[in-house]
Amino acid sequence: MAITVRIPTPLQRLTNGQGEVACEGKNVSDLLGDLDRRYPGVKERICDETGKLRRFVNVFVNEEDIRFLQGDQTAVKDGDEVSIIPAIAGG
Amino acid sequence: MALSKAQVARYSRQLILPEVGVSGQNRLSEASVLVIGAGGLGSPVLFYLSAAGVGRIGVIDADAVAWSNLHRQTLYETPDVGRPKAVVAAERIRRLNPEISVEAIEGRFDAANAKDLVSRWHMVIDGSDNFATRYLANDACVLANRFLVHGGVVNFQGQVMSVRPRQSACYRCVFPEPPAVGSVPSCQEAGVLGAEAGLIGSLMAHEALKAILGVGEPLLNRLVVFDGRLSRFREVPVRRNPDCAVCGEHPTINAIQSIESAPTCAG
Repeated sequence: MAITVRIPTPLQRLTNGQGEVACEGKNVSDLLGDLDRRYPGVKERICDETGKLRRFVNVFVNEEDIRFLQGDQTAVKDGDEVSIIPAIAGG
Repeated sequence: MALSKAQVARYSRQLILPEVGVSGQNRLSEASVLVIGAGGLGSPVLFYLSAAGVGRIGVIDADAVAWSNLHRQTLYETPDVGRPKAVVAAERIRRLNPEISVEAIEGRFDAANAKDLVSRWHMVIDGSDNFATRYLANDACVLANRFLVHGGVVNFQGQVMSVRPRQSACYRCVFPEPPAVGSVPSCQEAGVLGAEAGLIGSLMAHEALKAILGVGEPLLNRLVVFDGRLSRFREVPVRRNPDCAVCGEHPTINAIQSIESAPTCAG
């Protein structure tokens, strides 16, 4: 079993059109690293050049915003669901 | 106030809802709503609000109708290309419902007019198409204490949430800062199916009508996310951020300031 990561639609072209992908890691930072190894280019859209989560992107672990947990050090385990939700501005 | 025969006929299908009735219809006619952006989201919003009898509607947009708008911006027809959107949209909804008052504002919603504009309406609906306007609309609504319905759509993704300032999470609580200019890749692949903009805009209109009528539960502290590829709605709980720059414990935004940001396409 792995961790399910939900990919926002604008990034699904980097995940072969998949809206949900399986990744591994012991915390969110690890997980995003694994995500980027599997689907190169995803992480730079989510994190800035220092590796910090961009301020207009939110990551939820099991529906809790990681900013209110331990940020990218928030622990994850098999079976967890992680959602990446960027701000979108189009109208 | 008693309704005329014509009003009873026009609104009959919502009047028979126990949640609306004559008192609800009066609430709608006494309500005033500013719609920022008369585009893919603003079109259904303006249509349903005017059709429902929202008494005073303002529409602000700086653009002219373009060919590329016609696949999703349902207020416009081919002969409207080149005409100012705010004016055409206002004409269109006045024809739909001549009983309401509509104000067309041709121009940009910007730092100079934001607070004054939102203060003149009970509620604000943000259907704009860029981050700078979205953060400005949020900040102005928090500072002027106006209920805000926020929605966005791009590339098969849609989002909707409502904000009751200082009582529920604001847009900045959820997304603290807009993308900096140049920080996100260009928008070449951005695009949207017209029906998806209609779907999200309809949800925003529905949210506004519910809030005016006091029906059910608004989308406070809840962000609805639509994945158009999977046709799946999800909801994530959001919460007020004590460090929020505009509604937190030590706000750094105490007056409207202009916002620089990349245009439409983050993520």
